[in-house]
Amino acid sequence: MFAYFIRRLWQFIPTILGVTLIVFLLLNVLPGNAALTALAEGDRGLDTKYVEEMKKLWGLDKPLHERYFDYMLKLAQGDLGRSFLRRDPVSGLVLERVGPTLKLAVAAMFIALGLGIPLGFFSALRQGSWLDTTSMIGAVSGVSMPQFWLGLLLMYALAVALPLLPTSGYGDGGLRHMIMPAFTLGVSYMALLARTTRAAVVEIKLADFIRTARAKGLAETVINYKHILRNALILVLTTAGLQFGALIGNTVIVEKLFSWPGVGSLLVDSIFQRDIPVTQGCVLLLILGFLVINLTVDMLYALIDPRIEYR
Amino acid sequence: MRRLLLIALVLMSLLPAAPALAERAGGTLHYVAPYGGDLLGLDAHKSTRIQDFLVQTSINHSLYSWEPGVNKPKLELATKADVSADGKVWTFKLRDDVKFHTGRKMTADDIIFSYNRVASPATKSPSTLYVRIIKGAKDVEDGKTQSIAGLKKIDDFTLQITLENAVDLPYFLFYPGTAILPKDEVEKRGDGFSSDPVGCGPFQFVKWVKGSEVTVKKFPGYFVPNRPFLDKIVFKIMSESQARDNAFRAKELDATIVEPVQYPVYMKDPAISKNVIEVAEMFTRVIGFNLDKEPFKKKEVRQAINYAIDRNIIIEKLLHGKAVPAVSWLPSTSAGFNPKAKGYDYDPAKAVELMKKAGYEKGFTVDAVSTNNASWGTVVFEAAMPFLKKININLNIQQMEGATLVDRLQKGEFDMFSYSMGTGPDPYQPLARWKGDVSRTAGNYIDHKNPAYDKALEQAAAERNEAKRNALLQQADGILLEEAAMMFFNYNKAVMAYQPWVHGLKAAAVDMVLQDYVQIWVEESSPRAKEK
Repeated sequence: MFAYFIRRLWQFIPTILGVTLIVFLLLNVLPGNAALTALAEGDRGLDTKYVEEMKKLWGLDKPLHERYFDYMLKLAQGDLGRSFLRRDPVSGLVLERVGPTLKLAVAAMFIALGLGIPLGFFSALRQGSWLDTTSMIGAVSGVSMPQFWLGLLLMYALAVALPLLPTSGYGDGGLRHMIMPAFTLGVSYMALLARTTRAAVVEIKLADFIRTARAKGLAETVINYKHILRNALILVLTTAGLQFGALIGNTVIVEKLFSWPGVGSLLVDSIFQRDIPVTQGCVLLLILGFLVINLTVDMLYALIDPRIEYR
Repeated sequence: MRRLLLIALVLMSLLPAAPALAERAGGTLHYVAPYGGDLLGLDAHKSTRIQDFLVQTSINHSLYSWEPGVNKPKLELATKADVSADGKVWTFKLRDDVKFHTGRKMTADDIIFSYNRVASPATKSPSTLYVRIIKGAKDVEDGKTQSIAGLKKIDDFTLQITLENAVDLPYFLFYPGTAILPKDEVEKRGDGFSSDPVGCGPFQFVKWVKGSEVTVKKFPGYFVPNRPFLDKIVFKIMSESQARDNAFRAKELDATIVEPVQYPVYMKDPAISKNVIEVAEMFTRVIGFNLDKEPFKKKEVRQAINYAIDRNIIIEKLLHGKAVPAVSWLPSTSAGFNPKAKGYDYDPAKAVELMKKAGYEKGFTVDAVSTNNASWGTVVFEAAMPFLKKININLNIQQMEGATLVDRLQKGEFDMFSYSMGTGPDPYQPLARWKGDVSRTAGNYIDHKNPAYDKALEQAAAERNEAKRNALLQQADGILLEEAAMMFFNYNKAVMAYQPWVHGLKAAAVDMVLQDYVQIWVEESSPRAKEK
């Protein structure tokens, strides 16, 4: 298992190299003067001399390959560079945003698990009933609905029409401010988990060991919770774990819409401001998060299902 | 019936006139910070964006400040400014009651320190161009010396500023990027100053939740007695217009900026439309021509285009009425605007006649470049196309990203472009970009050259009498209008909606969000009236 862990860690390196190269190329080959975009706001008469000085300071006058090697050299030393516009080290800027993003992602995942699993489970038990049909229609809608749109609808319903929650912002970071963004973020995962749970339960319901349990005269409740649900959970939790990485990446839209101070909103801002080092830093962090979570889920397989062997 | 009417009139006259509401101290204002995401920093000398300035102007003061409503700079940190006959030496009697938020008094040393810091290459300030007017600032900028020669402290509260050339100093030193900061605190806090600033403005910094909000509270030592009214301002960072709309309707925002899509809805709403301020902002949207190329070398062609397009209908249909039809280059809120000037009305017959006169009766096809901006981008060309077709002009529309557009404009690689350009606050600067000696890279994208225009501007720069100076600037603006150097399309109409309990907001033409926070107050009916 340890050898597998080390091998997987090694695989991080080519993945990170590939991603950084793609992000670097995408951001740097865009036509136009990045310094001007970064500094000018509309056409308010920015000093052209200043733009040229900044271009030089940020190394934008150097050839592309030279800039890439400079960037990689610093990255190898753990230096993500300095923000063009905020002038602070990128690592600090990105790290201070990690807490709110994690908070939001964990809350969204709790909502997804807490609602998705029961919904899928009971739908499967009453296959073909009105509950099954309604919840699956809901699940398909949940997966299909754009987060931005859902967020706006929630804002209107829960803050404008019924003034129950604040429309947006971080406030003191408490629950009231978190409910709407977390729900918006979690709803598509909730739908996905509901569908996964339902599929797993439907399959397990027909398994031989369930028939045996029933033949033994076990109570339906025991069969449902002890045998069906527990077995279904292995598949559901694996899906949930893998989706957690993707969920962090999806915080981008929700954070922006709800003025949530996480990595996602910093990423969007830095793209529009063409603050290349910050964009690179945010993407790198999100990719790393995704890789680490995937690895953790893989390692946890053994705990959930001892039959799995690592080679 | 007549008697009844008479009685009613008498009774009405007996009613007391609605009393003016008394200004009220206290409460919290939730104010919008709507532009392009989070703030970049709170160190005024290192800032360049309105989003940063709109917060910083509550914490800091510059020597002058912009007076919304009046639309002129006013002396803020001094009681008097004496100007020498040649307009080059300005002597300021500074206020002796201005304190920084640490409690220390502001003196001439702080002003000298601030301007030196802005000019210093170590600061890399985007506001260097404003202090460059001071004699010797260029030497500091170039690293030849550390202090600006043109700044002289007579005593703690008297400062003399010598200029390189006679220019209208207030129009430069009102910019938020030239704020007066405390030397000791800037040096003590170093890089940390940007996230924990100290100033001499009406409010002091409390906290900044990155990407979400900035809070400032009333500074009790502020130099104007009984001001500011508000106890606290929370700047809500909200770049999504739909989210702002929801927050405003939920009464979480006390004032918000209105986008074109929301504008007709807000104006139709009887409750909201009562509390809306509009102003022709100092941004002019134009269709620019490449004056080096045929057919735009011919004045008649340019005039024909100005006559051919129905501005009003495009403003109404495309911009939902959220724009003011342009007369000329300078907006109606600029001191250089000539109220008597007559713009180009929609006159398709005259356009046809002018095209014929220019020898382009059969028309031509040209490249038209711009961005995807919903108010002034390629949509403008799409809307103008049916009108231009009537005079046989066809457009090859090319959409590109903002930086690419500027690159193309600076290189002169275009026939026509559509853009929104800053035309304020000082009327001279936006006119000066079209002088013959200004390169395309420095902003003269159309490569405008006209000796009569240059002469009028040179005379205006040397003129000390304000009325005469404005007349010369109006003359220069008139030249641009007559020769149809561009198609003057519209001035952005900035719209701010506010809750009925908010008072003291003004029509700020430089940028609607740059309000004078000292004058804002909220009624008892505000949900945050008692919030400290």
